[in-house]
Amino acid sequence: MQPTDTANPDYYHRVVDCQWACPAHTDVPEYIRLIAQGQFTAAYLVNRESNVFPGILGRVCDRPCEPACRRGRVEAEPVAICRLKRVAADHRDDVRPYLPKAPAQKNGKRVACIGAGPASLTVANDLMPLGYEVTIFEKWHTPGGLMRTNIPSFRLPEQVLAEEIGYIVDLGVDLRLGSPVSSMKQLLATGEFDAVFVGSGAPKGKDLNLPGRKDPGAAAHIHIGIDWLESVAFGHVKNIGRRVLIIGVGNTAMDCCRSSLRLGADDVKVMARKPRGFFKASEWELEDAEAENVEIVVNHAPKSFVIEAGRLTGMLFDVMEYDLDANGRITAERVAGEKFFACDDVILAIGQENAFPWIENDLGIEFDQWHVPKVDQTTFQSTRPDVFFGGDAAFGPKNIIWAVAHGHQAAISVHKYCQDQDVTQRLPPTLNLSSRKMGLHEWAYKNDYNPLERRLMPHVDLKERFKKINIEVELGFTAEQAAAEVQRCLNCDVQTVFDARLCIECDACIDICPVDCLTMTPNGAEAELRQRLKAPSLRATQPLFVSAPLQHTARVMVKDEDVCVHCGLCAERCPTAAWDMQKSKIRIPYASDETTPCSTQPAQTRRTA
Amino acid sequence: MSFIAKPKIAHPGLPKNELGLTRRDYEGGMSTLCAGCGHDSITAAIIEACWQMSMRPEQLVKLSGIGCSSKTTAYFVGGGHGFNSVHGRMPSIATGAIAANKDLHYIGVSGDGDTLSIGFGQFAHAMRRNLNMLYIVENNGVYGLTKGQFSASADIGSKAKKGEENLQPPIDPVLAALTLGGTFVARSFSGDKEQLVPLIIAGLKHRGFALIDVLSPCVTFNDHEGSTKSYEFVRDHYDEVVHADFVPPAREITAQYAQGDTMPVTMHDGSRILLRKLDPSYDPTHRGQAFNYLRDKLAQNEYVTGLIYIDEKSPDFHEVSGTTALPVNQLPFAKLTPGSKGLEKILSRYR
Repeated sequence: MQPTDTANPDYYHRVVDCQWACPAHTDVPEYIRLIAQGQFTAAYLVNRESNVFPGILGRVCDRPCEPACRRGRVEAEPVAICRLKRVAADHRDDVRPYLPKAPAQKNGKRVACIGAGPASLTVANDLMPLGYEVTIFEKWHTPGGLMRTNIPSFRLPEQVLAEEIGYIVDLGVDLRLGSPVSSMKQLLATGEFDAVFVGSGAPKGKDLNLPGRKDPGAAAHIHIGIDWLESVAFGHVKNIGRRVLIIGVGNTAMDCCRSSLRLGADDVKVMARKPRGFFKASEWELEDAEAENVEIVVNHAPKSFVIEAGRLTGMLFDVMEYDLDANGRITAERVAGEKFFACDDVILAIGQENAFPWIENDLGIEFDQWHVPKVDQTTFQSTRPDVFFGGDAAFGPKNIIWAVAHGHQAAISVHKYCQDQDVTQRLPPTLNLSSRKMGLHEWAYKNDYNPLERRLMPHVDLKERFKKINIEVELGFTAEQAAAEVQRCLNCDVQTVFDARLCIECDACIDICPVDCLTMTPNGAEAELRQRLKAPSLRATQPLFVSAPLQHTARVMVKDEDVCVHCGLCAERCPTAAWDMQKSKIRIPYASDETTPCSTQPAQTRRTA
Repeated sequence: MSFIAKPKIAHPGLPKNELGLTRRDYEGGMSTLCAGCGHDSITAAIIEACWQMSMRPEQLVKLSGIGCSSKTTAYFVGGGHGFNSVHGRMPSIATGAIAANKDLHYIGVSGDGDTLSIGFGQFAHAMRRNLNMLYIVENNGVYGLTKGQFSASADIGSKAKKGEENLQPPIDPVLAALTLGGTFVARSFSGDKEQLVPLIIAGLKHRGFALIDVLSPCVTFNDHEGSTKSYEFVRDHYDEVVHADFVPPAREITAQYAQGDTMPVTMHDGSRILLRKLDPSYDPTHRGQAFNYLRDKLAQNEYVTGLIYIDEKSPDFHEVSGTTALPVNQLPFAKLTPGSKGLEKILSRYR
């Protein structure tokens, strides 16, 4: 194999699995260390730089970081990254003095954002400090988008939302509530705006057209999940029948079933077409729902709504059977019978779509055959140069953290477009390394491997939590739990950096490595080399580090990064400092990093505590 | 040395031996040797060998004297028995232990000082008696523990760290062993586990005294230019003559092994080692030829390594001395003590 090119920022970035997996590339190990030091405000600001809504995401993020966490491969359970984010948010002091501020003198460019969800708010967050005047159009009387309307308040308290949205709006955003954009043509025709960002989400819930759906007696008791959650959020719906069936088993279904329990239902069933393992809901959301005695019924495909005497009495389902292959994939399915489930209400939570009835088709904004806008994956620019898309509006339903990531990228594009620059010429991410060696045996990070198990989130008592809809179920980690959980982080950003010129091939690092990730061996092709590692290579997807040929024998040092616990013993045991522990800092460029001066005053951005 | 203990966490895919143990289960305490010391690599090789042999940890007896090398018995097989003896007197302790219990495996770890200076007499007699043990000399040519004076194995012309030259001729433990009647004589290098691990296994399986002289660079006092025991010098002057591959009893010697100049040797427990001769003219069962070969190569500044000489037929200490087949601690009390009548009989022989 060729020596690994560690000058490519992606190599060391990939070692930090959590940060690599996060769409917004939040610097997870750094903020966990700050929490460990009790620096909650600094930890919050590290988060906010990349993900903008730490308090919100610390509760409801889809956490792509956690399945990626190396701790989950070394042991069973990943670090509770998401919960630690909430710890930083819960315990922070007033962060306002450290937040970017908008300059008094504007740069003369005006940007319209459609929808006040996480994507649009991120665009405003990035552009306001550069001197832009940003206007957000929101159809509801309150900002937040799906964070507000679709996430129940027992998971995400209103005050947390208001505070973090406030940080952005208070930059001087022209937030126009109750102002739906009904015609893109009209908006563009005003000529008021230099660029338009569409962050209007995917607001259309899918319907289920089965027999009985259109029956007038049933209509009032069959609800579209996201619309129903919206009505609950705004207090238009205050109760539901005693027996409720939820169709679909995604995260929206989880919110629907748990909301139902708080509105008077006591027999809630989530009906799944397929077996467990095919559910779209996150594992932890399923757990939380089941803890509230929601029954998940597998292998039942909805067949029809049953209406008797002009009233919905239940639903009929096909009982399904599946054949699975060795990889757990379905190879055949058949109907084994049918079964009736009685109910008072049905909530359909089978997916949602973006819909743009308000975008006229003669504006140069092209859509594909599924009516999804054609949007560039990197620049988020549509086929009309001054219109950009992001969040669920761009590529369909994802999660808040994706919307934030889109918002950052779209902000760069909007900025470049408004400055007459090529939107495709973007700054690359960069990576800096700095040694953590403090003395002969001192390292500037805590490198003891702590065998603690993952802490469990304390919850409000099952009886208490149903009394009101807005009682937050998760209490947040206690001080002791947070102090323990931070020690589980392996500090994957403290990289093992090898210099082949210094190695005397004494084997010390290989002998001491607790997880056998090092091998000194003659070079070879990757597939063959993986067979010769000291411990079996369990994941071919994790790149190997291969050094330049060593001085004495021309062998190579190979490191399988997969289960390295970053204990630093290789560097500690190295007599020549050929191994060193160096902290990597990944810089993801934001709009504020683009060089063109946008205002006569220097933009105040990226300040940290 | 390091101050961070090796964490207990292990690679989830680490292979297990017949006892269901991983390599990690054969580790000992934290090493207090200098970072990069060859001795730590030898420790790792012993761990690997014991793991590969599926040895029950309590079946191993670890013996040592004084010196950096003699500390290392604390760093492997924490579940074994250990005895850290007086300087140079480890063979006496070994003799007693071996006489009392022939069921255990014995590893003596010593250094060039402990073996070739203060303990040379004991070393010679252990070999003469063909004690059933593996004796490892961790040979670095200096007294590291007392700040790097030349030891008895330092070569003529080898330079100390501050520049002075050694003028006295060395004692070569391998040549000494060949003349003293050693029945398993090998040399290896701490930086070559592929060679060292099978040699340790073969040495433990050998019936009689197995000597492995392991060149083990002292990274603090003898790893500089001008040293003849540095990592670099050893690598440049390294001449493997016979490679030993251990073949577990269950495995057949396949065609792959039978090719070329290979020679299977059956050990007394039925297992075999396969000798792969890298110099076809060399005969590892011919003591005189081995001696001459080594002398010639030494004159060319070459370290001959590998399994240099093997003799599986000579009687070992147990056979010559008629030691008890059952370990002393398992003998019934009546057999262990002669009783008053028996004592009377013995004493009468001396009247």
